[in-house]
Amino acid sequence: MKKNLPIIIILILLTVLPLVGLSSYMMHILVLVIIYSMIGMAWNLLGGYCGQVSFGHAAYFGVGAYTAGLLYSKLGVSPWWGLILSIVVVTAFSLVIGFICLRLRGPYFALATLAMGEVFRVVAENLVKFTGGDVGILIRERTWVVKTWYYYIILLLGIGTFFIVKKVIESKLGYYFVSIREDQDAANSLGINTTLYKTIALCLSGALTGVAGAFYMNYMGYIDPKVVFALHDISIVTIMVVMVGGVATYWGPTIGAIIMVFLAELIRSNPSLGVAHQTLFGILLIFIIIFLPNGIVGDFPKLRKLFRLGGTPT
Amino acid sequence: MAVQVELFLQTLIAGILLGGLYALIGIGMTLIMGVMKIINLAHGELMMVGMYIAFWLFTLLHIDPYISVFVAAPLLFILGIGLQKFLINPVLKVESILPENQVILTVGIGMVLANLATIFFTSNYRSTPVAYATKAFYLTDYWKNSPVDISLSFSWALSFLIAVIITVMLWFFLTRTDTGKSIRATAQDLDAALIMGVNVGRMRAATFGIGCALVGAAGCLFLPIYYLFPALGGQFTLIAFVITILGGLGSTNGAIIGGVILGIFESMTATYLGMGWAPVGRFLIFVAALVFLPGGVASLLRSKKLGK
Repeated sequence: MKKNLPIIIILILLTVLPLVGLSSYMMHILVLVIIYSMIGMAWNLLGGYCGQVSFGHAAYFGVGAYTAGLLYSKLGVSPWWGLILSIVVVTAFSLVIGFICLRLRGPYFALATLAMGEVFRVVAENLVKFTGGDVGILIRERTWVVKTWYYYIILLLGIGTFFIVKKVIESKLGYYFVSIREDQDAANSLGINTTLYKTIALCLSGALTGVAGAFYMNYMGYIDPKVVFALHDISIVTIMVVMVGGVATYWGPTIGAIIMVFLAELIRSNPSLGVAHQTLFGILLIFIIIFLPNGIVGDFPKLRKLFRLGGTPT
Repeated sequence: MAVQVELFLQTLIAGILLGGLYALIGIGMTLIMGVMKIINLAHGELMMVGMYIAFWLFTLLHIDPYISVFVAAPLLFILGIGLQKFLINPVLKVESILPENQVILTVGIGMVLANLATIFFTSNYRSTPVAYATKAFYLTDYWKNSPVDISLSFSWALSFLIAVIITVMLWFFLTRTDTGKSIRATAQDLDAALIMGVNVGRMRAATFGIGCALVGAAGCLFLPIYYLFPALGGQFTLIAFVITILGGLGSTNGAIIGGVILGIFESMTATYLGMGWAPVGRFLIFVAALVFLPGGVASLLRSKKLGK
């Protein structure tokens, strides 16, 4: 009970947060934070714990979003069903992607997934009859105007993701993942079917990202290939969320998402800095990699030491 | 029938010309990969930098893009060594959970370069209006009774020719000079090279510089036949990567063949399926290479005792 106390307090705080009477803009930012932390946690499962750095998580995000969107535009079903259906669809896609990309290791896997993400975007742009091409999909009637309900739904999904990741990592599966990350050949020689477990990690990670994508469709009400299959705004920001927060930590993606989303809003709302937001993100990324390679959570002891030396006696 | 043959041959020639230029981009990446064991995801962005150098030299000083090769390549060489020394080397020393940190680092470098280009040069599409842009050779001009007519654009042909010259020069450099041999030794076995008295650190810096210079030169050659915008880097990074996989990781000979294959395949998809599908075609060939020929063309060469 005592061990779980911080988690319970945070949960209660998050639940009562909308009751404070935050502005619509603030609620939007909170929803974005949870979406990004959800993708970050999913990425962390594959990249942080299993060691397979993916540069193409936009592919899963986009497929999830398009599953929900196409349900609405082609079949006339409520896009909320996409939350459930996207799990099946994205898992199927993940199996195919895994079959191709998991033959590669390390940086080669990273680049293959990057190419994957781009291909999904190009296909979605070119299959005009099916996806609507660059016109995208627009949901005409929104479920709610107020953001509170959206907030609670994504909060539920985010908490679910957090516990799924935690449970998986604490189980035997998690140990297999970490052993693959540390030394794939050694893991293989110990009798771990590395291909199988890498595929499991990829499917889990993909499905969780896909659910986030399906929610995004419902929440924003509009998607097009350039938005949901974006290389910089989804795939790379996801990596940054995890890198900034802390690779292979439970709270890393959440901390990273808070920092990244607020930073992005801060930069974009300033007109003179707005054009340079990718430069600033790039410099932040380079800075983090050189000085805090394990992120804020992972290198917390280092940070604390640094600030103590900085002159604040404790 | 003759029209079909003509179309096919024309596409084939366009593919080979494109492939020669692709090979130049691919070689740069494969060299860096072979020696430093890292993937340079800022490769396309470095090419974009090279193109902008050539573009501004043309616009401001009216220097022909083909001459700017001699300006852009050394500048990119220096930029490459700087990047290697101040950004990549420190990261190689840092302890972290993920070994792919260097790859993510190069993504960061690429983002900064692309965004800086957008800020300073705006995101407009630009091209260099060279005088010979529309000049072309026609087969019927030289052979009156030819059954098919094939045209060959002057700037494409010249770009291809220079790319071939640079490639041959690089081959001589790598096989005939001491520095070149040291670079190849470092790629083969770092520790052994170190024991043999090769200055490995300097070789790595030199390789990164040469890789950047090659892609900068390729940028100058692409400028007269292509258009230029800050976000063009990403697609060329992908192209370079597909070529390296297709050719076999770290193999220069493979990269040349891979480049030509990709060039032909791409112009075929563009002609017969439509321009928008070219990236998908690129990816299909990439997947096919991974599934059926995991070692790339280099493994075929090796089994036939053709390559080294």
